[in-house]
Amino acid sequence: MKNVLLSGFAAMFLWSACSSDSADKKVLPIFGNREPVTKMVNGKQVTDTIYQTIPPFKFVNQYGDSISNKTLNGNIYVVDFFFTTCPSICPVMHRNMLTVYNTFKNTGSFKIISHTIDPKHDSVPVLKKYADKLGITGNTWWFLQGKKEDVYTIAEKNYLVAVKKDSTAAGGYVHAGYFVLIDKQKRIRGSYDGTDPKQVDQLIADIKTLQNEPDEVIVQ
Amino acid sequence: MKLKLTGGIIALVFVLFIISCESDEGIEFKRYYSSGALVYQTHCQNCHGEKGEGLSALIPPLSDSVFLRKNKSALPCYLKNGLKGSIIINGKTFDDAMPANDLSPVEIARVLTYIGNSFGNKLGTIDEQMVQADLRICK
Repeated sequence: MKNVLLSGFAAMFLWSACSSDSADKKVLPIFGNREPVTKMVNGKQVTDTIYQTIPPFKFVNQYGDSISNKTLNGNIYVVDFFFTTCPSICPVMHRNMLTVYNTFKNTGSFKIISHTIDPKHDSVPVLKKYADKLGITGNTWWFLQGKKEDVYTIAEKNYLVAVKKDSTAAGGYVHAGYFVLIDKQKRIRGSYDGTDPKQVDQLIADIKTLQNEPDEVIVQ
Repeated sequence: MKLKLTGGIIALVFVLFIISCESDEGIEFKRYYSSGALVYQTHCQNCHGEKGEGLSALIPPLSDSVFLRKNKSALPCYLKNGLKGSIIINGKTFDDAMPANDLSPVEIARVLTYIGNSFGNKLGTIDEQMVQADLRICK
């Protein structure tokens, strides 16, 4: 009798463990400002949430090709900010970003974009040379150059990362080594310290979660 | 009997003397090496990596023992004044600049002892006197 009870409990315990596992599928949070919008759909009042998204932009990549927000349509992408002569955190950031690149370079609908915050020095040929030396080929990882104001604005207002020129900092710029994860709807889904290999492992796991997110969930 | 005992004691003292001599050197090495690891983490690791692996073709690894041995007396100058122009490391060319580092001679000695005896290198202790002598003849 006791045995039957025990095995009954064990079975219940196992069942609950299993069911909580499958019900607890991870969904990444959506960052940034959001506002509720009430509209009429088929004569009924419906309240929807508008999330902060990355607005239109236009930059040039290391091959000299124009890259706009439209080029990235339908892609999950990771963004960072760097400059090629950066003596401080950039090498460690891009050493870690290489891990992300090597994990996803053969999967479609995925990009990495690295904005230079020193467009005066980092011309297209300089960025191409940097990419070559880093061992980057193809069109998975783009190094983007554009007007300085545009880069600084998109960094602070849209990707929520601070960058600024500061003559007292090493290399002349202050910038945070964040990797920002953007989903196919151009919403911010994560922000990671690009100098910390553990957080970069989390980023890789989160990209896989995003890739498995069903389309009906991400339709706005 | 007495002679044997005295001889034994003398031999024992001699052995102890040698052991203590060796461990003095060992202690000095360990002191340089372990404090050098901290200097490395602060000033070198971001670029050259935790295991001295460098970064693709941008930043050279620190595992070319032949290069380090050949350029041993120039290494303090490279750290102090930076390094420009192209160098060949493990058969690959690197031509980006390394920035100058504001390190004291003893810090340079410590970090060179660390690098010189990590990542497969075996240069032994590089002490402060050697570094100061090398720094006087920087090109």
